[in-house]
Amino acid sequence: MAKFKKKKGGETPAISTASLPDIVFMLLFFFMVATVMRDSTLMVQNKLPAADQIQKLDKKDRVMYIYAGKPSSRYADKYGNQARIQLNDKFAIVSDVGAFVLAERASKRQELQDVLTTALKVDGDTNMGLISDIKQELRQVNALKINYTTRSGDYTQNTKN
Amino acid sequence: MAKRAAPEVNAGSMADIAFLLLIFFLVTTTIETDSGINRKLPPTDELVDPPVIKQRNIFTVVVNKNNQLLVEEKPMEISEIRQAAMEFLDNGGGKDEEACSYCKGSADTSSSDNPVKAIISLKNDRETSYKVYIAVQNELVAAYNDLREREFTSLNPNIGLSYMEASKRYSDPRYVSDRERLKPLLDEVKAMYPQKLSEAEPSKNN
Repeated sequence: MAKFKKKKGGETPAISTASLPDIVFMLLFFFMVATVMRDSTLMVQNKLPAADQIQKLDKKDRVMYIYAGKPSSRYADKYGNQARIQLNDKFAIVSDVGAFVLAERASKRQELQDVLTTALKVDGDTNMGLISDIKQELRQVNALKINYTTRSGDYTQNTKN
Repeated sequence: MAKRAAPEVNAGSMADIAFLLLIFFLVTTTIETDSGINRKLPPTDELVDPPVIKQRNIFTVVVNKNNQLLVEEKPMEISEIRQAAMEFLDNGGGKDEEACSYCKGSADTSSSDNPVKAIISLKNDRETSYKVYIAVQNELVAAYNDLREREFTSLNPNIGLSYMEASKRYSDPRYVSDRERLKPLLDEVKAMYPQKLSEAEPSKNN
């Protein structure tokens, strides 16, 4: 067989790709650890307004989320294009908010029940009327700590259309 | 038969599998944690006799359904509201026991007596856009933060932290050891400019 061997000149040897899986796995583990899975699918448009005087939200187990906005295009035929509230995975009406908060509160550990925050993730183009209704409902059930969840950014982005 | 060596598993596709998983996690990742403006709603039980608040201690901000601002009965742009709110809060027009020793405002008698007494009342219409409302809230919070910043740096010139950095560090679990040290300093400036921002129930449009 020796006669088939070509003489090897000064060619550079091919780069070994044997460590490629290791590198990829390293990246993989990083993203696996850093990932926070969305726990509910969004059914409403959710382009949050921008603000820069913001504080970080508490730990996840102390927060309950209320989404609101126009139904996303997939649901627009069925639910119209008026802003709606989304609780967990369902569309809801304003009077459901109280029951939702009480149920969420009851599902948390005893010591967390008094420190819960309600994060309002509301689309920027929603009218304040809906938000005021939600706030009134929250006051009724004594869930007084709220957080208007925003993107971080300059406020002037909000006034442009 | 001679002892046969176990055939080696071809690991060439391992990289492909790993890439597939990697891409999946890349797509589903949301690294940033949520942040926003924290607010406290007033409790529902009505006060038997609400305290009388002097009109000059209230800074009224109204956002109408066309997202226009009316501040103290004068139309205003959002960009001006931070300065106007700071002037109101820092006015310090009070006398004797209501005097404000640290205020740098113009001490106008028709504006607020003391930052401790000053209240910003934010009213909106049902048709106000949420975006604009948040922008206004942001600017009002910024007014408080700017004033607190000023007092914080003048009270603690050697700390090497601004008010915002200090309060961020205070809530950061990585700096637990700093908590004890920062708490009194932060509470001091918070007491000087307490955030009294009332969100009134929206007006119905006629």
